[in-house]
Amino acid sequence: MSDVVNQGAMMALLAISPLILVCLTVIVVMLSIAWKRNHTLSAILTAVGLNAALLALLFGWTLGTVDVTSVLVVDDLSRFGGVLVLMSTLACVTLAHHYLEGYEGPRDEFYLLLTSAAAGGLVLVSARHMTTLFFGIELLSMPLFGMLAYTFRDRGALESGIKYMVLSAAATAFLLFGMALLYAVTGTLDFAELGAALSTRGSDPWLLAGAGLLLVGLAFKLSIVPFHLWTPDVYQGGPGPATTFLATASKVAVFLVLLRLFQSTLAFHENWWHDLLGFIAVITMLVGNLLALTQNDLKRLLGYSSIAHFGYLLVALVVNQGLAVETVGIYLVTYVLTTLGAFGVVTLVSSPYVATGGTADASPLHHYRGLFWRRPYLTAVMTVSMLSLAGIPFTAGFIGKFYIIAVGVEAHRWWLVGSVVVGSAIGLYYYLRVMVTLFLHEPGMQRRDATHDWAERAGGMVVLGVATLVILLGLYPTPMINWVNWVAG
Amino acid sequence: MTLVWLILIPFIGGLLCWQAERFGDQAPRWIALGTMLLELLMVLGLWVSSDFQLPAEGAASAWTLEWQADWIPRFGIQLHLAIDGLSLLMIALTGLLGAMAVVCSWKEIVRRVGFFHLNLLWILGGVVGVFLAIDLFLFFLFWEMMLVPMYFLIALWGHSGSQGSSRIGAATKFFIYTQASGLLMLIAILGLVFAHHGATGEYTFAYADLLNTPLSETTAWWLMLGFFVAFAVKLPVVPLHGWLPDAHAQAPTAGSVDLAGILLKTAAYGMLRFALPLFPEASQAFAPVAMTLGLIGIFYGAILACGQQDLKRLIAYTSISHMGFVLIGIYAGTELALQGVVALMVAHAFSAAGLFILSGQLYERLHTRDMRQMGGLWGRIRGLPGFALVFVAASLGLPGTANFVGEFMVMFGAFGVAPWIVVIASAGLILAAVYSLFIMQRVYYGPPAEETPLAGLDRRETILLFGIVALVVFFGIYPQPLLDTSASAMQVVQQSVQQAAAMTGGAQ
Repeated sequence: MSDVVNQGAMMALLAISPLILVCLTVIVVMLSIAWKRNHTLSAILTAVGLNAALLALLFGWTLGTVDVTSVLVVDDLSRFGGVLVLMSTLACVTLAHHYLEGYEGPRDEFYLLLTSAAAGGLVLVSARHMTTLFFGIELLSMPLFGMLAYTFRDRGALESGIKYMVLSAAATAFLLFGMALLYAVTGTLDFAELGAALSTRGSDPWLLAGAGLLLVGLAFKLSIVPFHLWTPDVYQGGPGPATTFLATASKVAVFLVLLRLFQSTLAFHENWWHDLLGFIAVITMLVGNLLALTQNDLKRLLGYSSIAHFGYLLVALVVNQGLAVETVGIYLVTYVLTTLGAFGVVTLVSSPYVATGGTADASPLHHYRGLFWRRPYLTAVMTVSMLSLAGIPFTAGFIGKFYIIAVGVEAHRWWLVGSVVVGSAIGLYYYLRVMVTLFLHEPGMQRRDATHDWAERAGGMVVLGVATLVILLGLYPTPMINWVNWVAG
Repeated sequence: MTLVWLILIPFIGGLLCWQAERFGDQAPRWIALGTMLLELLMVLGLWVSSDFQLPAEGAASAWTLEWQADWIPRFGIQLHLAIDGLSLLMIALTGLLGAMAVVCSWKEIVRRVGFFHLNLLWILGGVVGVFLAIDLFLFFLFWEMMLVPMYFLIALWGHSGSQGSSRIGAATKFFIYTQASGLLMLIAILGLVFAHHGATGEYTFAYADLLNTPLSETTAWWLMLGFFVAFAVKLPVVPLHGWLPDAHAQAPTAGSVDLAGILLKTAAYGMLRFALPLFPEASQAFAPVAMTLGLIGIFYGAILACGQQDLKRLIAYTSISHMGFVLIGIYAGTELALQGVVALMVAHAFSAAGLFILSGQLYERLHTRDMRQMGGLWGRIRGLPGFALVFVAASLGLPGTANFVGEFMVMFGAFGVAPWIVVIASAGLILAAVYSLFIMQRVYYGPPAEETPLAGLDRRETILLFGIVALVVFFGIYPQPLLDTSASAMQVVQQSVQQAAAMTGGAQ
């Protein structure tokens, strides 16, 4: 009897070991900081811990679906999300190490915040209960406030941190209120039981209100229109590595938990829900793309573009049948890789950190003018990222867009497909603008350069690797498709 | 593997050019020229060694050469390349015009030579891919891919500033037009694939499998429109032509040569290869509309050409006019008309390339494309005006040039199907004479703006122009090799049109 219990506990521990390792990393790094401040040591310890967690995650794949208590489940989807979260966190660590070298304040704590946020992401992708959902989201967001305002002597960073904190708190209130309503009606917080309750009593107004408020809270984190207003400011102001994390790991984790909610909650299968969501998807892609058109600031532009991309992703959720789960997986992989490439270049060009009055990062577009003639390979990475964001063939982004259009065509959702096309056409305009700026040659402009040794830095290598992956997956996407197909079951 | 190498050679050559820049400006030029000549030689070798005159008896495999490999098994997507007479002609044309584009930018492009040739060769590689791919996914990939280097070519090496339109604006317009319409084609491709999946339960993008997809009438109609719009933007057909004059006016000479000579032909090729055979009935029903659009294009292009001040814009509008004839020929669907389309495509590639090269050479000497500042050049430049006269004559379809053969065959072939369209279209030929003579009159005759003589043609330019003139005249007098090569491919298209006509006729 006790053997069986022990075995079950062992399985659960093994399955959850990545999360445990990430938390251990936080403690180890904290102790090491307390003992002796050493920037490189902290970064290395963090990277080692995250790599160990990643390995544990990959080895855990043989375990299959494991229930870890009644609030967490470790299955293929959560492992898939875990891989994406940990990979992007690792990329952020390498970028941060180079970036923070020029920062005169305390540098090591950034890694603590980053790792804690990653732990939040890991909880979130395994959540199957409202408590873990809430816990994960908060653990993910709280450190982000600190990360965004890390270089707090910059007005931009401080503003971005505070803005994110205040609006995030508002979103949390929505989230909690929604959960409370759901609990008041159904008496449960478990996703599956909530789904069952919604399917039997789907028309109960309190239940719908609860689900709606819950969605508002999540939509805020994903910056879905009309809850996107924070995105450009926060993206622009935050330090490079923090923004990178916000744009990749944080969004992936939240989107995956949304996907899990959708999978278990049958009431969302009702028609008007889909129409409403479809409408939101359409305005999200259009608003994101239209607002990005006139931006002269690369980080703002990428912020708006990420809004648009989550509009495309919503198409898969709206359809929620056939290829939908596979589409979400593929699109998230391509989005994360591409975004890491784009923000990685921004961070490298802004590295090492230089204190200034406004925003410290090389964020205005004119800083990048003619970058190709000074840093050709870095520019190649940026070009590939822009092409991939625009969904041009032979980049991973195209495979993502292909899936989105395929899922829409398969379900005969012509309006959605049509707006994806319109959105992409608008999007091209600003992606091309960024691209051609990199190649123009106008001497005498104010500009920033990556350091000469950027390619030998860990961050530089990561960025080059990401760009190579974007091209390779664009040329031969079969391994990625097989992997995601297997995860999606 | 020959087919794979045909695609890879330009790509590899492009990378070599880029890296060869460190050895000076001449290295990339020679490498690019060598690459394109190698490509041309390979195609010509293929042409000589293969027999294209066999009609596709039983149509077991209409392809002369085929190559395939698995690529994305999840959706049944393959790397599937094949060549027949039509694609062979088009690839030969690509190789030839590619080499010409390299030669004509020998002195024009002096900055970032390596990167320029990288883009130039990658465009050509993409175009060759378009002509070879018969997996619809792969076709779409190449179709979209070739836009990126073209964008760079216009945006980075283009000429700025004719009346406020910038080269980056023109490049962006070109890209958005073609990419957005390309996405419509992607939707149509996916619609077709899912229709096939619904009928047979398996995913495939293979041309041969999708040919026989059972489609309802409305579905076929919409899917056909998706393909047609994508091709119509590139051809261009009149309401969708907005990008073309700007792109031509701002592009460097090599860009214009490629654009007019080859990129426009990918659209005609796409219609012949995909839009007609995949949706024969819908295309048959659509033919009157398409031919009317072609007719509008002929007049619109010709009339606007007459009013242009910018020499390259003028030539761009004449392209629209000529492509109107191509469109009429394609949708007429008789064998004679289709063969005429092939001849006209080749002829137009030569004459338009010649005119664009000439205007590039004028620009190098005068630093303007504004015809108001030209005039009287006949006495000032040795050699060049004579060549201009030949190309202008070709452009207006003078007998003895290949253009005449093409236009005549298109009209002759279409007359039985749509007599009124042909009657009206032939009036367009008069306008062609008008704008052609405008070019001669405004640029070369009249009072000279200055008396100082300008540099005559050097040996490189003379050889280049002589080569094109020889080809124009040769195919004008003896077009049979062209027609023999494309005959079987055109028969296949014509048969599908005929069957569709028989079926719709039978239904009525």
